[in-house]
Amino acid sequence: MTLKTLRTLSTNRRLMLGALLGGTVMAAGCVTINIYFPAAAAEKAADRIIDEVWQLKGGASTPPAPAPGASTPPAPAPGAKPAEK
Amino acid sequence: MKHLILKTFLLLATLLGVGQAAAQANLEINTPGIAAIQGSMQKRHAELAPLYTSGAVGLTRDGNVALRDPAGVPLAQRAAVNGLIAAENQDRASLYREIARANNHPEWEGDIRNTFGQRWIDRAQAGWYYQNATGAWVRK
Repeated sequence: MTLKTLRTLSTNRRLMLGALLGGTVMAAGCVTINIYFPAAAAEKAADRIIDEVWQLKGGASTPPAPAPGASTPPAPAPGAKPAEK
Repeated sequence: MKHLILKTFLLLATLLGVGQAAAQANLEINTPGIAAIQGSMQKRHAELAPLYTSGAVGLTRDGNVALRDPAGVPLAQRAAVNGLIAAENQDRASLYREIARANNHPEWEGDIRNTFGQRWIDRAQAGWYYQNATGAWVRK
Protein backbone atom coordinates (compact mmCIF):
# COMPACT_ATOMS: atom_id res chain seq x y z
CA MET A 1 0.00 0.00 0.00
CA THR A 2 1.48 3.31 -1.04
CA LEU A 3 1.09 6.68 0.63
CA LYS A 4 -0.96 7.86 -2.29
CA THR A 5 -3.63 5.23 -1.81
CA LEU A 6 -3.58 5.81 1.94
CA ARG A 7 -4.35 9.46 1.37
CA THR A 8 -7.36 8.64 -0.80
CA LEU A 9 -8.91 6.62 2.05
CA SER A 10 -11.48 8.36 4.25
CA THR A 11 -10.61 9.19 7.88
CA ASN A 12 -12.85 6.39 9.16
CA ARG A 13 -11.20 3.81 6.98
CA ARG A 14 -7.77 5.00 8.06
CA LEU A 15 -8.77 4.67 11.70
CA MET A 16 -10.16 1.18 11.12
CA LEU A 17 -7.00 0.16 9.32
CA GLY A 18 -4.96 1.46 12.27
CA ALA A 19 -7.08 -0.50 14.76
CA LEU A 20 -6.73 -3.65 12.67
CA LEU A 21 -2.96 -3.31 12.51
CA GLY A 22 -2.78 -2.56 16.24
CA GLY A 23 -4.88 -5.62 17.04
CA THR A 24 -2.69 -7.86 14.93
CA VAL A 25 0.47 -6.60 16.60
CA MET A 26 -1.04 -7.14 20.06
CA ALA A 27 -2.32 -10.62 19.27
CA ALA A 28 1.16 -11.55 18.05
CA GLY A 29 2.60 -10.16 21.29
CA CYS A 30 0.27 -12.29 23.37
CA VAL A 31 1.26 -15.43 21.50
CA THR A 32 4.89 -14.65 22.25
CA ILE A 33 4.18 -14.21 25.97
CA ASN A 34 2.27 -17.50 26.10
CA ILE A 35 5.28 -19.46 24.88
CA TYR A 36 7.09 -18.86 28.19
CA PHE A 37 7.06 -21.88 30.49
CA PRO A 38 4.50 -21.46 33.33
CA ALA A 39 6.81 -22.48 36.18
CA ALA A 40 4.31 -21.98 39.03
CA ALA A 41 1.61 -23.99 37.28
CA ALA A 42 4.12 -26.75 36.55
CA GLU A 43 5.10 -26.95 40.22
CA LYS A 44 1.47 -27.26 41.20
CA ALA A 45 0.93 -30.01 38.64
CA ALA A 46 4.07 -31.82 39.81
CA ASP A 47 2.92 -31.71 43.43
CA ARG A 48 -0.46 -33.16 42.54
CA ILE A 49 1.14 -36.05 40.69
CA ILE A 50 3.75 -36.65 43.42
CA ASP A 51 0.94 -36.76 46.02
CA GLU A 52 -0.68 -39.54 44.01
CA VAL A 53 2.42 -41.56 43.21
CA TRP A 54 3.89 -41.39 46.72
CA GLN A 55 0.45 -41.48 48.40
CA LEU A 56 1.27 -38.41 50.47
CA LYS A 57 -2.31 -37.20 50.88
CA GLY A 58 -4.29 -40.26 51.94
CA GLY A 59 -4.95 -39.01 55.47
CA ALA A 60 -6.66 -41.61 57.68
CA SER A 61 -7.91 -43.69 54.75
CA THR A 62 -4.49 -45.18 54.03
CA PRO A 63 -2.25 -46.61 56.73
CA PRO A 64 1.08 -44.78 56.97
CA ALA A 65 3.17 -47.94 56.81
CA PRO A 66 1.59 -51.21 55.66
CA ALA A 67 3.70 -53.63 57.67
CA PRO A 68 3.42 -57.17 56.29
CA GLY A 69 4.05 -58.76 59.70
CA ALA A 70 1.41 -56.91 61.65
CA SER A 71 -1.81 -58.67 60.70
CA THR A 72 -5.36 -57.69 61.48
CA PRO A 73 -7.85 -60.39 62.65
CA PRO A 74 -9.58 -60.98 59.26
CA ALA A 75 -6.26 -61.33 57.38
CA PRO A 76 -6.14 -64.64 55.51
CA ALA A 77 -3.44 -67.21 56.25
CA PRO A 78 -0.58 -67.27 53.71
CA GLY A 79 -1.79 -70.58 52.29
CA ALA A 80 -5.47 -69.67 52.16
CA LYS A 81 -7.24 -69.64 48.83
CA PRO A 82 -8.12 -66.16 47.54
CA ALA A 83 -11.77 -65.34 48.08
CA GLU A 84 -13.89 -65.80 44.97
CA LYS A 85 -15.87 -62.78 43.85
CA MET B 1 -16.08 6.87 16.01
CA LYS B 2 -12.61 7.32 17.43
CA HIS B 3 -13.92 6.45 20.88
CA LEU B 4 -15.74 3.37 19.63
CA ILE B 5 -12.59 2.00 18.04
CA LEU B 6 -10.61 2.76 21.18
CA LYS B 7 -13.18 1.00 23.38
CA THR B 8 -13.26 -2.06 21.13
CA PHE B 9 -9.51 -2.11 21.21
CA LEU B 10 -9.40 -1.97 25.02
CA LEU B 11 -12.06 -4.67 25.34
CA LEU B 12 -10.08 -6.91 23.02
CA ALA B 13 -6.94 -6.31 25.08
CA THR B 14 -8.74 -7.17 28.33
CA LEU B 15 -10.24 -10.35 26.89
CA LEU B 16 -6.90 -11.53 25.56
CA GLY B 17 -5.23 -10.78 28.90
CA VAL B 18 -7.84 -12.69 30.90
CA GLY B 19 -7.73 -15.67 28.55
CA GLN B 20 -4.00 -15.81 28.88
CA ALA B 21 -4.07 -15.67 32.69
CA ALA B 22 -6.62 -18.51 32.80
CA ALA B 23 -4.50 -20.62 30.48
CA GLN B 24 -1.48 -20.24 32.76
CA ALA B 25 -3.29 -20.93 36.06
CA ASN B 26 -3.10 -24.70 35.67
CA LEU B 27 -1.42 -27.30 33.53
CA GLU B 28 -3.55 -30.03 32.04
CA ILE B 29 -2.74 -33.32 33.77
CA ASN B 30 -6.11 -35.09 33.60
CA THR B 31 -5.66 -37.22 30.52
CA PRO B 32 -6.03 -41.00 30.26
CA GLY B 33 -2.37 -41.31 29.23
CA ILE B 34 -1.07 -39.40 32.26
CA ALA B 35 -3.43 -41.29 34.61
CA ALA B 36 -2.13 -44.64 33.31
CA ILE B 37 1.53 -43.69 33.85
CA GLN B 38 0.69 -42.34 37.28
CA GLY B 39 -1.04 -45.60 38.25
CA SER B 40 1.90 -47.66 37.08
CA MET B 41 4.33 -45.51 39.08
CA GLN B 42 2.13 -45.64 42.16
CA LYS B 43 2.18 -49.47 42.09
CA ARG B 44 5.94 -49.56 41.61
CA HIS B 45 6.48 -47.20 44.52
CA ALA B 46 5.64 -50.00 46.97
CA GLU B 47 8.80 -51.79 45.76
CA LEU B 48 10.93 -48.65 45.43
CA ALA B 49 10.14 -47.12 48.84
CA PRO B 50 12.29 -49.60 50.85
CA LEU B 51 15.15 -48.98 48.42
CA TYR B 52 14.92 -45.21 48.97
CA THR B 53 14.90 -45.77 52.72
CA SER B 54 17.92 -48.07 52.65
CA GLY B 55 19.79 -45.63 50.41
CA ALA B 56 20.33 -48.17 47.65
CA VAL B 57 18.37 -45.97 45.24
CA GLY B 58 18.39 -42.18 45.17
CA LEU B 59 16.69 -39.31 43.34
CA THR B 60 18.70 -37.61 40.62
CA ARG B 61 18.66 -33.92 39.78
CA ASP B 62 17.15 -34.56 36.36
CA GLY B 63 13.93 -36.12 37.65
CA ASN B 64 15.03 -39.75 37.49
CA VAL B 65 16.05 -42.42 40.00
CA ALA B 66 19.43 -44.18 40.06
CA LEU B 67 21.26 -46.98 41.84
CA ARG B 68 23.27 -45.08 44.42
CA ASP B 69 24.78 -47.87 46.46
CA PRO B 70 25.13 -51.18 44.59
CA ALA B 71 26.64 -52.77 47.73
CA GLY B 72 23.34 -52.12 49.50
CA VAL B 73 21.56 -54.58 47.24
CA PRO B 74 22.27 -58.34 47.52
CA LEU B 75 23.79 -59.70 44.30
CA ALA B 76 20.78 -61.95 43.74
CA GLN B 77 18.45 -58.96 43.74
CA ARG B 78 20.58 -56.58 41.76
CA ALA B 79 19.10 -57.43 38.37
CA ALA B 80 15.57 -57.02 39.71
CA VAL B 81 16.43 -53.64 41.24
CA ASN B 82 18.06 -52.47 38.01
CA GLY B 83 14.92 -53.51 36.15
CA LEU B 84 12.81 -51.56 38.61
CA ILE B 85 14.94 -48.45 38.12
CA ALA B 86 14.83 -48.74 34.33
CA ALA B 87 11.04 -49.16 34.34
CA GLU B 88 10.61 -46.22 36.69
CA ASN B 89 12.78 -43.94 34.56
CA GLN B 90 10.90 -44.99 31.43
CA ASP B 91 7.58 -44.08 33.10
CA ARG B 92 9.00 -40.78 34.30
CA ALA B 93 10.20 -39.87 30.79
CA SER B 94 6.75 -40.72 29.41
CA LEU B 95 5.11 -38.69 32.15
CA TYR B 96 7.13 -35.54 31.40
CA ARG B 97 6.54 -35.95 27.65
CA GLU B 98 2.81 -36.57 28.08
CA ILE B 99 2.30 -33.50 30.27
CA ALA B 100 4.10 -31.33 27.71
CA ARG B 101 2.01 -32.80 24.90
CA ALA B 102 -1.28 -32.54 26.82
CA ASN B 103 -0.62 -28.80 27.11
CA ASN B 104 0.20 -28.43 23.42
CA HIS B 105 3.81 -27.49 24.17
CA PRO B 106 6.03 -30.51 23.47
CA GLU B 107 9.04 -28.19 23.84
CA TRP B 108 8.25 -27.81 27.57
CA GLU B 109 9.31 -31.42 28.25
CA GLY B 110 12.75 -30.40 29.55
CA ASP B 111 11.34 -27.66 31.79
CA ILE B 112 8.73 -30.06 33.17
CA ARG B 113 11.45 -32.63 33.87
CA ASN B 114 13.49 -30.01 35.75
CA THR B 115 10.47 -28.88 37.76
CA PHE B 116 9.69 -32.48 38.71
CA GLY B 117 13.34 -33.16 39.53
CA GLN B 118 13.24 -30.36 42.09
CA ARG B 119 9.84 -31.30 43.52
CA TRP B 120 10.60 -35.03 43.92
CA ILE B 121 13.63 -34.00 46.02
CA ASP B 122 11.79 -31.30 47.98
CA ARG B 123 9.06 -33.73 48.93
CA ALA B 124 11.23 -36.79 49.59
CA GLN B 125 11.18 -38.31 53.06
CA ALA B 126 13.95 -37.61 55.54
CA GLY B 127 16.68 -40.21 55.16
CA TRP B 128 16.30 -40.61 51.39
CA TYR B 129 19.23 -39.75 49.14
CA TYR B 130 19.25 -37.17 46.36
CA GLN B 131 21.80 -35.57 44.05
CA ASN B 132 22.74 -31.96 44.81
CA ALA B 133 23.72 -29.27 42.27
CA THR B 134 27.24 -30.70 41.90
CA GLY B 135 25.94 -34.24 41.37
CA ALA B 136 27.05 -35.55 44.79
CA TRP B 137 24.70 -37.79 46.80
CA VAL B 138 23.24 -36.14 49.89
CA ARG B 139 21.13 -37.74 52.63
CA LYS B 140 18.01 -35.70 53.32
